[in-house]
Amino acid sequence: MSFNLLVLTCLAYVALLFAVASLAERSAEEGRAGWLRSPLVYTLSLSVYCTAWTFYGAVGYAARSGLEFMTIYLGPTLVFVGWWVILRKLVRIGRENRVTSIADFISSRYGKSNLLGVIVTVLCISAGTPYIALQLQSIAQSFTVFVTDLDTAPVAGDRTLIALWVAIGLAFFTIVFGTRNLDANEQHHGVVTAIALEAVVKLVALLAVGVFVVWGVAGGPADILARIDAQALPDWQIQPGRWTGLILLSAIAIITLPRMFQVLVVENVDDKHLATASWAFPAYLFAISLFVLPIAALGMELMPAGSNPDMFVMTLPLALGRDDLALLAFLGGFSAATSMVIVASLALATMVSNHIVVPLWLALRAANGQDTGNMRLLVLNVRRLSISIVLGFGYLYYVMSGGSEALAAIGLIAFVGMAQTLPALLGALFWRGASRTGAALGLISGAALWAYTLLLPSFGPGVVLPAHVMADGLFGLPWLRPYSLFGLTTLDPLLHALFWSLLVNVLAFCIGSFLSFPSPIERVQGALFVNVYDRPGPARSWSRPMAQAEDLLPVAQRIIGVKSAQAFFQAQAEGQGKAGFLPDITPEFLEALELKLAGSVGAATAHAMIAQSAGTAVVSVEDLMAVASETAQIMEYSSQLEAKSEELTRTARKLREANDKLRKLSVQKDAFLSQISHELRTPMTSIRAFSEIMMEADSLSPEEQAHFAQVIHDESIRLTRLLDDLLDLSVLEHGQVQLDVAPANLRKLLDQAVTSSKSVQANRMFRIIRSRDDEEIMVTTDGGRLTQVFINILSNARKYCTAETPEIYIQVRQMQDMIEIDFTDNGAGIPTESQALIFEKFARLTDSLHAGGAGLGLAICREIMQKLGGDIIYVPGQGGASFRVSFPRVLAARAPRREAAE
Amino acid sequence: MKPPASPPFLARNSYRLRRLMDAARFLPVFGFVLMLLPLMREDPATGTGSAASEWAYLFAVWLVLILATALMARGLRKAFDPPKAPDPARKD
Repeated sequence: MSFNLLVLTCLAYVALLFAVASLAERSAEEGRAGWLRSPLVYTLSLSVYCTAWTFYGAVGYAARSGLEFMTIYLGPTLVFVGWWVILRKLVRIGRENRVTSIADFISSRYGKSNLLGVIVTVLCISAGTPYIALQLQSIAQSFTVFVTDLDTAPVAGDRTLIALWVAIGLAFFTIVFGTRNLDANEQHHGVVTAIALEAVVKLVALLAVGVFVVWGVAGGPADILARIDAQALPDWQIQPGRWTGLILLSAIAIITLPRMFQVLVVENVDDKHLATASWAFPAYLFAISLFVLPIAALGMELMPAGSNPDMFVMTLPLALGRDDLALLAFLGGFSAATSMVIVASLALATMVSNHIVVPLWLALRAANGQDTGNMRLLVLNVRRLSISIVLGFGYLYYVMSGGSEALAAIGLIAFVGMAQTLPALLGALFWRGASRTGAALGLISGAALWAYTLLLPSFGPGVVLPAHVMADGLFGLPWLRPYSLFGLTTLDPLLHALFWSLLVNVLAFCIGSFLSFPSPIERVQGALFVNVYDRPGPARSWSRPMAQAEDLLPVAQRIIGVKSAQAFFQAQAEGQGKAGFLPDITPEFLEALELKLAGSVGAATAHAMIAQSAGTAVVSVEDLMAVASETAQIMEYSSQLEAKSEELTRTARKLREANDKLRKLSVQKDAFLSQISHELRTPMTSIRAFSEIMMEADSLSPEEQAHFAQVIHDESIRLTRLLDDLLDLSVLEHGQVQLDVAPANLRKLLDQAVTSSKSVQANRMFRIIRSRDDEEIMVTTDGGRLTQVFINILSNARKYCTAETPEIYIQVRQMQDMIEIDFTDNGAGIPTESQALIFEKFARLTDSLHAGGAGLGLAICREIMQKLGGDIIYVPGQGGASFRVSFPRVLAARAPRREAAE
Repeated sequence: MKPPASPPFLARNSYRLRRLMDAARFLPVFGFVLMLLPLMREDPATGTGSAASEWAYLFAVWLVLILATALMARGLRKAFDPPKAPDPARKD
């Protein structure tokens, strides 16, 4: 077939795709999308799994390795057969959270972390770009195989040029239908419909070739089975490791490949479609792989040795003179390649723009303090640019790899790369404890190992990894050889890489999750994802509308553009039977508006925006977080205030206490001063009076003079004694007293005291009862001070004992190291209510001048006894006043009590 | 978050639906085991498996899985309908 005719056919086919896609878009816009949303279209769109690698490569794969090619389809079959376990939940969560890509899914689950979004995006790009290059290669290759007039059409021989034109054409198609609008849920009806059509084309093409081979060339099923067995090579023997590993790998890939995620989750419009796809998609895979082995077997039998088995689908009908079938096969391969490239570049571009370019752009604008402006045009342009970049990368990769054989293996290599997202993805679905840190660690370590053990070596030694690294390992360490890490030499490179990367990935993911503590938003998202079935229907709803339509219109205009926002509002108003641009704010309207906004700025942002404008009862997690953090700040502030006020209260209380104390002290001081002045004034008054009398001495007799002088003398002695006492008390109270500790005989001390006290009211006869034997105790203490106390007690007894025949009974007891001495008289004693007062200063029960004391005696006694390590107490109920003096027999060198207090 | 206690006995329909869900969870495991059988089979004469017969076997297993899934999917669709009083979609 001539090159020009082939190109014309391709263009016609592409024109058909354009027509179908735009028809679908128009139907969707006019709300007649019913048939577009059928389970059939959904199932057919899933066939982007079958790329040109499937279409051409599967036959080649079968020719080289026999049945092993089937693993690529058996794995996905298992996943769809088990749709109830994983896919149902994945799709449900994806739809409820308006997920736009696999990167968005993972970042959204782990606390809307953009870091994870970036990691997954980079991983998808590095795995997806070579895959796109592979599709470009296969299209270019099929051109050169088909064209018969290579010499007259020089372009046909230049595969690079063909690949370039194909890449440009596909970029154009993807931009036109993939970024036509930023509609709700990131769904593209035109693209999906075109993909569905292409799915039919490639299936029909392969089935047609297969039917032709089985019934047209061979003699039916029995014959073909015999021919298969005849062609079997030793290499066809199933290898258990690869067989099992590849089934698992392809099962993982059907979930994690970005393009599969796009059609499976993002473009899904109804959960129920999955119920149909669960058997219909395996049936599609069944049909598309049914004739692969027969075609391969016949190709090997009939084609000349050395011909490329990858092209048997086309070359076999060509060789057998069926150009029409070959053209159909060509179109089938073309469909397979283009559909993959379109969906993959769309999915990758969404990730690149949502997770890398737009956040960067917004950060830059925000850093420059600029308004974010019209988001709609920005996002669309970024999307367009990203598509071009992704396809450009694919083309560059193709050119640089030179269409080498290395590309053929890239399909499985990409599978292993994307499999690195599996732990994070399954953790997102089933494990609430999975954390952002764990996911990031797992993804990074898994991707690094994948790159080192599979991706980089796949270019061949010396291209990216130096040959010596391949042979001897990194840094010359043999256990770091890319194809046999830690000496695992028996696995083939693919399984080796799959094993190590997933093992380390899962390990890092688990350990990271065990050891880290997720943020609140992460935990909320985790619960939202894992327990998705605990809530009937979408969780968010607008229950209490409060905003005005006027408030919402500007918001919408900024995001989706002035014209379309106004059109949307007008349409909504019309739907409610109103004229003008402002519909009533019903929950339905708010939901529709949020859905509309979500397509351009993401679900969470749209929800937050409307929540802000509408002030509704239901708000997003971010809002709650913002509110919570503000509340936390306020609470912290108020708790600080509270702490401060508590401190103030404490201080105030202390101050009050101190004040009270001061006031008490002041009162005491005043009382003391008034007492002192009273005590001083009384003798002073008599001294003054008598001295004035004596100044008029001439009228006085010498006896009178002597008497008055005697009074003055007595009063001055009293004054002196009072001042001495005061001084004594002051010295004692301030602890400046020096004790003169020395051994002494207690009896002698008592004798001395009794003698000294006789001068008080010397005219009264006291009977003093003592037991001298008990008193024979040697004490070590300040004898002078002790005697002072005894004298004071005895003098008081003499002064106040009212009995007719007064008696004083002195009783000495020795108890261990303490000595107790009771002084008991037979007087009236001290009334109970006064007993507490007698040791206070100036406490004199009968304020009689005749007592001759200042009322300081017992206060001084108590101070002395405390200095001597003992005490003096009043013992009630002894038939009179009874004082008990107690003190240690041997006083330590220094008085302990005062020392401790100072 | 503790789900409300499930009723101890279910109506016949809910019971059937739940066993169907169990079956749907088991099916891929059975399928996987069946797919591994070719690994354990070989022709005693040649010491290798026959590609053609294994090919036929695998496609037969495949077909059975597709039919079984299609049958189950008809029943499981009910679980998508808005749940009535006792939520049939909840695990038992």
